[in-house]
Amino acid sequence: MIEVNKDNFDNEVLQASGVVMVDWWGPKCERCLELMPHVEELAGKYQGQIKFCSVDTSGNRRLAIGQKVLGLPAILFYKDGQKIDELSGQEIAPEDVEAKIKQYAK
Amino acid sequence: MEQIYDLLVLGGGPAGLAAGMYGARARMKTAIIEKGRPGGQAATTEDLENYPGFGRGTTGPGLTQAMADHASSFGAEFIKDTIVSLDLQSSPKKVVGRKGEYLGKALIYALGAEPRMLRVPGEGKLRGKGVSYCATCDADLFEELEVAVVGSGDAAIEEAEYLSKFADLVSIIVIHEEGKVDANQVSFERAQQNPKLKWVWNSIVKSVNGEELVESITLKNIQTGEESDYPVNGVFIFIGTVPLTEVLPEQVQVNPQGYIITDEKMATSVEGVFAAGDVRVKYLRQVVTAASDGAIAAVAAEKYVHETELWEKEVLKAQKPVFVAYYNPTDMNGTEKVGIVDRFVRANNERFSLVKVDATRNELVGRRYNFNLDKLPMLHVFVNGEVRQEVAEINEATLEAISKLL
Repeated sequence: MIEVNKDNFDNEVLQASGVVMVDWWGPKCERCLELMPHVEELAGKYQGQIKFCSVDTSGNRRLAIGQKVLGLPAILFYKDGQKIDELSGQEIAPEDVEAKIKQYAK
Repeated sequence: MEQIYDLLVLGGGPAGLAAGMYGARARMKTAIIEKGRPGGQAATTEDLENYPGFGRGTTGPGLTQAMADHASSFGAEFIKDTIVSLDLQSSPKKVVGRKGEYLGKALIYALGAEPRMLRVPGEGKLRGKGVSYCATCDADLFEELEVAVVGSGDAAIEEAEYLSKFADLVSIIVIHEEGKVDANQVSFERAQQNPKLKWVWNSIVKSVNGEELVESITLKNIQTGEESDYPVNGVFIFIGTVPLTEVLPEQVQVNPQGYIITDEKMATSVEGVFAAGDVRVKYLRQVVTAASDGAIAAVAAEKYVHETELWEKEVLKAQKPVFVAYYNPTDMNGTEKVGIVDRFVRANNERFSLVKVDATRNELVGRRYNFNLDKLPMLHVFVNGEVRQEVAEINEATLEAISKLL
């Protein structure tokens, strides 16, 4: 997983070719911390098929709002700089994340 | 063979963690089944200042993690799984999870409650886009922005205070007339001193509006009937909870709102099934009362398991016919009658065995063979696990007559 912030988001996510998954989290979001090890595991399992990034929203608040992330956790998928799918607004199960990854993995 | 737990605790919030700690400490083989991290709703509250002994500076995640460690230290096992269904008729009782099946002699249902939704247009669509039910999770995203809090209970007022550390303005939408809230007076008075909080009285939310993110809410003044558009970047909803009972079988009695009905020992309408915490009918839903429920439920469950096993071994699966004498130890006349049975069985000990039951303390017999506690002493003769004879008047002649029938 690549730690992304407001300075390199453009470069790592929007300018990247292919599918990029971004895990938006915050240090006080229990559900994010709960989900994180599962996401890291998936990042290992599907390494090379999708690019995996994460953003700590504390300190990158404007970036989050700019990407319409106003609730955590949120998992967004981008392709060639465009947002193509997202999981947010509800409880996110690791299985849901894997299903999306499978859908977009090459 | 699959292993059988003495106690299965469903849910890892404060009620479940306390139950697990008490159960494991009483040397019961105990497991707590929780789908995520332990802590329950309490783990989503940052400021927790009313748990006795732990004042300001205590956090929800911190306290519940300590509870989980405490349960572990006595040997409670944690199973990470999502519960799909329950079979309470089987013996032992069966819990079906996504990953496996678990068997337990007694069960404590402590799955808690979840935030109630407003059920207005836009709420579902904008969830995670400004609509939130967890201030701790999302508050810092709203720095320099304006938010609304819907509700006026303890959670609403306390979370509004928390949000005011980040947001520029927090409007509290209250259905009641000016000056009236559902929260406790101490929290309310403190909140009134907070310059970032703005009170909007007599109002309900009709809809949440916005394309990609929340832009406003539509408010209706219930006194004048007037509707207005109220611009906010976020709306936090704290209007109570609904119990998590989707996997609860129908034979467990609930109230019209769906909360589980228990007695003061946390026993539900199903033998060996207990409930604890926010999921049951109760007066006060707090971390401290959840922990209390868990302790009571675990002690009651332990007694249940012990009584059931003893009963099974000494009465239901006995080789010989069993004379079960129910008595009240404070009644001298009754204990004398039990003495008669005692002598009779001893004289015929190759044919019969005797079990004496203090019916004022044994809950299992009261529940299974409901008889009148005012009519003690009383005698049941069990053959092959079933009541063959019931004797209200105990004397030698009756006992002789019965022994001829067996």
